[in-house]
Amino acid sequence: MSWPPEIRRTPSRFRNPIGKYKIYRGPACIHCGQCADLCPMGVHRRLGKKMLAPKDELCLGPSCASKEFYCIDRCPQAALRMVLNPNLQALKDYRWPADLLLSTWRQSETGGVPYADLEYRMGRSGGGFDRIRLRLPAQGDISSSLSEKEEEVSTAIVLNRRSDGRPQVRIGVPFYGGGMSFGSVSINTMLSRAKAAEAWDTFTCTGEGGYPEPLRRYDDHMITQVATGLFGVREETIQRVRLVEFKYAQGAKPGLGGHLLGDKVTAAVARMREAVAGSSLFSPFPFHSVYSVEDHKKHIDWIKEVNTRCLVAVKVSTPTDVDMVAVGSYYAGAHIIHLDGSYGGTGAAPDIAKKNIAMPIEYAIPKVHRFLLAEGIRDQVTLIASGGIRNAYDIAKVIALGADGVVVGTADMVALECIRCRNCESGQGCPRGIATTDSELSKLVDVEWGSQRIINLYAAWRKQLVALMQLWGLKNIGELVGRTDLLMHLDYQPGDFRDDDIRPFLLRGNGQRGF
Amino acid sequence: MPKKYHLDPKPAPARFVTPGPFGIIEGDGCLNCANCVKKNCVYSVFRKRKFDAHQLCDTADSLCKNCFRCVQGCYGRILSKSANPEFWSLGDDYWTPEIIASNQGQAETGKIPVSGGGYGGPFAGPGFDGMWTDMSEIVRPTRDGIHGREYISTSVELGRVLKPVPFHFQTESSPDPSLKLSPQWGEFTDMDSSPRVEISIPIIFDLLPFHSFTSSVRLALAQAARETNTLMVIRAEDMEEDLWPLASHLVPLLPSGPLPSLTPMITRVRMVQVSFTSTAEVGERVKEIKKINPGVVVAVRLILDPHSEENVVGLEGAGIEVLHLLADERGREAQTSSPRFIKDLIRSIHLRLVKEGKRDGLSLIFGGGIAMAEHVAKAIICGADAVSIEIPLLLSWECRLCGKCGRGMGCPVEVEKIDPDWGRQRITNLIAAWHGQLLEVLGAMGLRDIRRLRGEVGRAIFLEEIEKETFSQIFGEPVKKSALGEEIIHVLAS
Repeated sequence: MSWPPEIRRTPSRFRNPIGKYKIYRGPACIHCGQCADLCPMGVHRRLGKKMLAPKDELCLGPSCASKEFYCIDRCPQAALRMVLNPNLQALKDYRWPADLLLSTWRQSETGGVPYADLEYRMGRSGGGFDRIRLRLPAQGDISSSLSEKEEEVSTAIVLNRRSDGRPQVRIGVPFYGGGMSFGSVSINTMLSRAKAAEAWDTFTCTGEGGYPEPLRRYDDHMITQVATGLFGVREETIQRVRLVEFKYAQGAKPGLGGHLLGDKVTAAVARMREAVAGSSLFSPFPFHSVYSVEDHKKHIDWIKEVNTRCLVAVKVSTPTDVDMVAVGSYYAGAHIIHLDGSYGGTGAAPDIAKKNIAMPIEYAIPKVHRFLLAEGIRDQVTLIASGGIRNAYDIAKVIALGADGVVVGTADMVALECIRCRNCESGQGCPRGIATTDSELSKLVDVEWGSQRIINLYAAWRKQLVALMQLWGLKNIGELVGRTDLLMHLDYQPGDFRDDDIRPFLLRGNGQRGF
Repeated sequence: MPKKYHLDPKPAPARFVTPGPFGIIEGDGCLNCANCVKKNCVYSVFRKRKFDAHQLCDTADSLCKNCFRCVQGCYGRILSKSANPEFWSLGDDYWTPEIIASNQGQAETGKIPVSGGGYGGPFAGPGFDGMWTDMSEIVRPTRDGIHGREYISTSVELGRVLKPVPFHFQTESSPDPSLKLSPQWGEFTDMDSSPRVEISIPIIFDLLPFHSFTSSVRLALAQAARETNTLMVIRAEDMEEDLWPLASHLVPLLPSGPLPSLTPMITRVRMVQVSFTSTAEVGERVKEIKKINPGVVVAVRLILDPHSEENVVGLEGAGIEVLHLLADERGREAQTSSPRFIKDLIRSIHLRLVKEGKRDGLSLIFGGGIAMAEHVAKAIICGADAVSIEIPLLLSWECRLCGKCGRGMGCPVEVEKIDPDWGRQRITNLIAAWHGQLLEVLGAMGLRDIRRLRGEVGRAIFLEEIEKETFSQIFGEPVKKSALGEEIIHVLAS
């Protein structure tokens, strides 16, 4: 399989995709087709002698007003009107505001950066990643004198840095997929993620719900998760993979085990988990066999014994003493320390846990990074962060704060057109067919479509990461680790803030495509 | 181990249509096609919707789950969604529409609010949103209290912490010297007999704000106080006949003036309250009350202002057992142009008493601005023994905080007409849901007793401290006003 994978345009699966702007065609329209001839974005189309409904998700919005093809001004009948899409008012999420959803959908459709005025770099949570900016050199002077060629920039990271005789395992991009179980999401969703992981030569994770048979062909790109409920964990599921993950906690509900509410436990899910259909499944918390670092080591040794070639990742939440946990885990023999912050998650979680328990990931990363450095073991640990990593900028910020890479989950779901309505847990699950086990709803996501959407999103992210590295003069993503000098925080830095949008750089010389 | 605390939440449906956050708007131009998205709604919203003739509103907006399937599927593109102004204009910036809706939902179902899709709220914020609770992992185990595998106690005792029991051996009169260490031959002397009241959840019900409500409202609340094994503060003049059987869960706020007429009440209840006037006056008053009933706990009710810290120390010296300290309904202190938030007031009063070695002399109940279960845990971490709530009680009865009752206008949700049984169940449901959430937090921290949480700031993460510990080291001194309010700058500069 060739790497990087091919980008193929993969539009929305819904009849009416959501755009930032809405174009209304009034009754004065004479169907002359002038707008269709003018618009390079393909908003207006004429079929026979009739204009079709505008594809307003492609519209550039008010920034188009200066262009000679601005349909609103050029319509001979003045029949067109442009407004901000009122639907966006109903997408009220501080971490994933409408712009970020739309731009992620756009990236998943095209594999490129989104056009026009969509804010694709951050949300509006008012703190953490959303107040941190990248420090970039002025883009005007550099486009001609880039020291690093695009092809020479590497985004690969190594997952085993312990030199313990086990394989190094290199992944092509500094991110892999987080655990989402069969039961919390549909098999089509899992397959879409697995296929995309294979294409990008990275991993995705089974979550705590067993290892469904259709995933067998992706064994080399799957992570078997061992969590507190041990649902669906068998010797052979541990033996068939290159990476096994212990889930001690998850950021969405720190201190709590997994929840799968009864309605989502269908016969197939129950079989996979060796449980009873229709009964809610609550994983215990914590691992009742682990009450110390020594017990923890016993766990890791157990996995290493069962599978002599695999690496072991340890996924933990972020208590105040997360640095101690990380060191303990290193001494217990973990290859990857995976810190899970609290913004992510597709499953059911109590609101009080999501909002209030444990430390935001933005603080945990530098805390652990510095502690591991002081202990002199930073170069033997692969530090991975997750929990609300939404876009390429978040990835760059996480790595610059001190992690080696990230794990993504929700962003994959958004690529599949998750709209963040938060009904994943109730009833049969997701009305949009992503996080569901209902046989009808699952059909809404086609594996070909889904995997290509995720492949495209990853391609767009990689493009941005490569551009950032070129601008910073870095050859290898590993050089970015801990480079906090490349970051700034709006609450801490004096005035001179240079916009960190890399669109102008990425789209340079692209002529009309530069929107 | 104390008897297990168990509440019995039962669904208690709302009497009125609750406004949903997002409305469905239908435009003209329906094609009357065979593939109508309304028929295919996953949640059957269009099938279940009704027109409420009393409130003149459609229930579709309350049933809709905002999945956008209809908006994105409609062939005629006539459906869209929008923010529902009726919802977003509820409450204010402290008692937000989300808080109001969440409490109402908990009162209806008795269930912990659970949702999918991670956390989508602000990073942090002023007040209680400027702190996180800690959890345990690997190096410190958690407790599994949620599904009953381990029992977690939320009981607290209000009153003075009992002194250690001194013990004197009666060596001379012991018939067998070898038995002299057996307590059978000793006697307890100078035993501390200070009365204490144990409640099963560290939340008491305070006087209802805005309006003086009817006796059926008070009865509902008093019954809920008994059912949840906690206390309800009530004006002495409101202690009507039908409430007397519930007296052990009532805390009458005694008026000033002669006590004798109140004697039957004081002898019947376990706790009374008196309002703070001055330390000397209150001290006298408490002595008089104790003369009538030495077994009653007397709490002093005090408005939090810049002098409260001194007053608290003085009151401890005067032998007061319980203080009920109140901020305004948004958690702010009174009598100052730059009021501190209740979280910070609790910390400073608690720490002052600890520093003077006086913390065990009395119990501290804090009220004002306690809006969610998480605030209870956070207030206790800051140093409270218990908290009091008022507005959440009204929210349980569908109150929308419109304030009309305070202006003498009719209540749109007719709180005064509630059925006491329904009213009791709604409050019990709310407390059951809050209790469940306290267990989540305690379990995550690995604590099995909420009393161990008091003042445990080591089990919390404070925004200003963690910013300093991590970001200040990376980004230098904060120089710009934060989007999160003045808090960070204020604290870091001091």
